[in-house]
Amino acid sequence: MKKLLKLFWIFFKIGAFTFGGGYAMIPLIEREMVEKQKWISGDEIIDMFAVAESVPGAIAINTSTFIGYKVAGFWGAIVAMFGVALPSFLIITIIAAVFSQFQDLPLVKAAFEGIRAAVVALITVSGIKIAKSAIKNKIAMLITLVAFVLLVFVDVHAIVLIILGAIAGLLMSWHAAKAGRESV
Amino acid sequence: MIYIKLLLTFFKIGLFSFGGGYAMIPMIEREIVEANGWIDSKEFVDIIAISEMTPGPIAVNSATYVGYKAAGLFGGLFATVGVILPSLILILIISHFFFKFKEHPKVKSIFNGIRPVIAGLIFGAAVFVAETSIFNGELSSLLSSKFNPLQYINWTSLLIFGATFFCLWKYKWHPILVIALSGTVGVILFYLGLVN
Repeated sequence: MKKLLKLFWIFFKIGAFTFGGGYAMIPLIEREMVEKQKWISGDEIIDMFAVAESVPGAIAINTSTFIGYKVAGFWGAIVAMFGVALPSFLIITIIAAVFSQFQDLPLVKAAFEGIRAAVVALITVSGIKIAKSAIKNKIAMLITLVAFVLLVFVDVHAIVLIILGAIAGLLMSWHAAKAGRESV
Repeated sequence: MIYIKLLLTFFKIGLFSFGGGYAMIPMIEREIVEANGWIDSKEFVDIIAISEMTPGPIAVNSATYVGYKAAGLFGGLFATVGVILPSLILILIISHFFFKFKEHPKVKSIFNGIRPVIAGLIFGAAVFVAETSIFNGELSSLLSSKFNPLQYINWTSLLIFGATFFCLWKYKWHPILVIALSGTVGVILFYLGLVN
């Protein structure tokens, strides 16, 4: 019980103080779990981060749930998950309640007019970073282009695009394996 | 039964969101702006900006915000639980065969195909946000014969985009700083009337 409370408090703190989403949490989680509490080894936690990133869902939520499970089983997972999500829930609820009273003021509108242009830049920069690591060959570049065009101009649902990407990945490896066999 | 609908909608969003925050934007926009009309697209972009300035993942923040807008405190609660529930279920399943999962060749090749899609989704998200600021209307109107680039582009916003892109890319400024400054520039240009 004491461990669960501690787990909850650690993830609540991490949730309350990390700006910029999942990736920003990684060093904090590592310090708490590996160095301070010594609940998980350094090698283990790196593998856990890799899995948490490759499973669907917000990286912050996945990582916390996984580590909570590892440290204290099912209830550990529950406690860590709610601990890390609770600060955003509280803060955003307050903002949702308050912001709607201010959002139509001309001053606020003007500020967000500027901010929206900056958000385009933030997203573009992150897209370029992801593209650099994801696009390793011409086929991958083609997949990115086709996904973009289908999304923006044809309005295809993102879920459909992700499933098509998974199929394309399987076809590519099947093709590579076949080519490999033939060349032998 | 708006609570159940919020729960299910955000469960679906949580279940199919690969690649974190920005890659989810097209899907969240489709579900909450286009399909259900819970908020409009400008307000959704404002949530993205607010998410950037407050702690926590964009997915959770937009779930809480949209749920609250659609159905008050409990709406926020149901939407938030909906978006985090798939993580719990998937993690509990996967932790049983954790080490095999990541190295499995089929899993690897699936991700080799999904990752480039994620990049496409993020660029799509940038276009969607641009359609609420830099562009007047949807980018697909490019294909229409009446398309007029001079009227289509909001040049002031384009300038802010160019400057912030430069600061982020070249000088690696912190997102919160960039947002605070662009908000200030927005007030100067659009509120104090330096630009119409």
